[in-house]
Amino acid sequence: MSTPTQDAAADAAAGRHRVGGPTITFGESVNTDVIIPGRYLVSIDPAELAEHAFEPLGPEVQQRLRASRIVVAGRNFGCGSAREQAATCLIGAGVQAVVAASFSRVFFRNAINTGLVAVECPDAVAALEAAGGEGDMWVDYDAGTVEVAGRTFHFAPYPQGLKDILDDGGLIPHLMRDSAPSTTEQEGAAR
Amino acid sequence: MTTTAPRTFAQKAIERASGESGLAPGQIVDAYPDVYMSHTASWRCIRTLERMGVDTLYDPDRVAMVMDHISPAMNAKTAADHRLCREFADRMGIKNFYDVNAGIAHIVLMENGLIRPGQFVIGTDSHSTIYGALGAFGTGVGFSEITAAWVTGKLWVKVPESVRIEIEGELPAGSYAKDVMLKLIGDLGADGLTYCSAEFGGSYVRSRSVSERMTFCNLAMEMGAKNAYVAPDATTRAYLADEAGVGADGYEELLPDEGADYRQTVTLDGTALTPKIAVPHTVDNVVDVDEVSGTRLDQVFIGSCANAKYDDLEIAAGVLKGHKIAHGVRLVVTPASSAVMAKASETGVLATLVEAGAMITNAGCGACAGNGGAMADGEATLSTANRNFQGRMGSYKSSIYLGSPATAAASAITGVITNPAEVMK
Repeated sequence: MSTPTQDAAADAAAGRHRVGGPTITFGESVNTDVIIPGRYLVSIDPAELAEHAFEPLGPEVQQRLRASRIVVAGRNFGCGSAREQAATCLIGAGVQAVVAASFSRVFFRNAINTGLVAVECPDAVAALEAAGGEGDMWVDYDAGTVEVAGRTFHFAPYPQGLKDILDDGGLIPHLMRDSAPSTTEQEGAAR
Repeated sequence: MTTTAPRTFAQKAIERASGESGLAPGQIVDAYPDVYMSHTASWRCIRTLERMGVDTLYDPDRVAMVMDHISPAMNAKTAADHRLCREFADRMGIKNFYDVNAGIAHIVLMENGLIRPGQFVIGTDSHSTIYGALGAFGTGVGFSEITAAWVTGKLWVKVPESVRIEIEGELPAGSYAKDVMLKLIGDLGADGLTYCSAEFGGSYVRSRSVSERMTFCNLAMEMGAKNAYVAPDATTRAYLADEAGVGADGYEELLPDEGADYRQTVTLDGTALTPKIAVPHTVDNVVDVDEVSGTRLDQVFIGSCANAKYDDLEIAAGVLKGHKIAHGVRLVVTPASSAVMAKASETGVLATLVEAGAMITNAGCGACAGNGGAMADGEATLSTANRNFQGRMGSYKSSIYLGSPATAAASAITGVITNPAEVMK
């Protein structure tokens, strides 16, 4: 029998892997210059970058982005530049995950390394489209599932190393957490 | 006892960088890159390092910084970013620091002998695939990953599948390496090589200079390639010895094994090629130049890591010699590096370009990175760069067409998109 405390901890652990809510949908080969134009790369602040996310597509798209938690897209999302801000500007806008038919490799890396969940699941993208393109979507990256339009789709789970990075909120926090105990150990050894 | 199955270049390069053996596509391993390139993103890496509270680097000699995307500084903010990098390089003993006068990172690193066959190189720029022109494994990453490599010396890397691209035969007059790549990008699509290692071969590729091989490997990124590669040969060795000052004892060439496993082999008949144009706003939106000839232009840009090396400027000058650019058209030429600028100055290429009406800017990324050469609403540029994304050069309501340096030069003369054959005959 589990105690209430254990239940809460289990819920929190599951919640950590489960993100979702309202969606905003894009087509194929959405490139990094459209996601965050080069002129704004003088900033690394997610909130400031979010002001300019999808600016070439106009204010209506930008407003809808801010009301969304999941970006849904067709093939080759994030093609183009290696600019990491293409992921961080989405985080700044409140996006928790991108679910696409496929990603450009460098966008995929940048998403994981900045703590943005990026999931390749063409079936889920198609299901949302079939349901009229609007509605909520939920992603559990530990279980490897996407829930949309009353159905559950599976995707190949991440290797543990990538899950660890996401759990820590990105590569840099992951390294900082990783290095903290070893620094203490070294200090201990020196004493 | 153990037999090793035939391996691709990518398998060998990642095995060398990771110390692992018998790697197969799809495996994820930790690799230790030989070089970590960071361009204008360097200041972001430094700020991230500060946030981590780390003040020692895994190996300062593997760090290379080039101030290329905004050069010279545009305002107090970018000047302060540059100063941060300059002072950091001094403080950390980073020898391979190249300031705003050097040029585009990729070209500068190759010219200065930092890139060698067999190496594993990461850079804060997607076009780091270009290092394959010297037989190295080059791939683009974000600034957090470069920062992590500064500290730990490693990054996670997935072993890619490989695709062979065989280009056979000589090209007809008026067609160039850029046209070959536009043709391939149009045929295979912007995600045709996603996560793949692109190995270029065939009689055409083997006969080309390192500069033209850079154009192949640079533009492979526009098909989504993780890295690109041309097998090192006598041409590579001569470039390394004569241009980059690297002797044959300074590197280990990695060649794919006979019988290695490829996802796909693509063969292109070079003899049937015609000049190509990528029309707005995607690079794989490729047509024959004749399909869009006559399209009015406001600007022509000869620059970028794809096509602003010495031979690119020489080709443009050859077309422009004895001509003037059309009234109302701006021709902006941005040499890829200070070395390219110096050579073009010595040989008279710069003078020819200026006489024709070109404006020469300092070496660097220039208009391709959105610095200078911006367009107003409704304007169009024909560019030799590698991207025509919406809003990359000024207004979101402007258009970028991509073509070869010869097509760019011919179009500058007429003021409309022009098949170079029409001017060259």
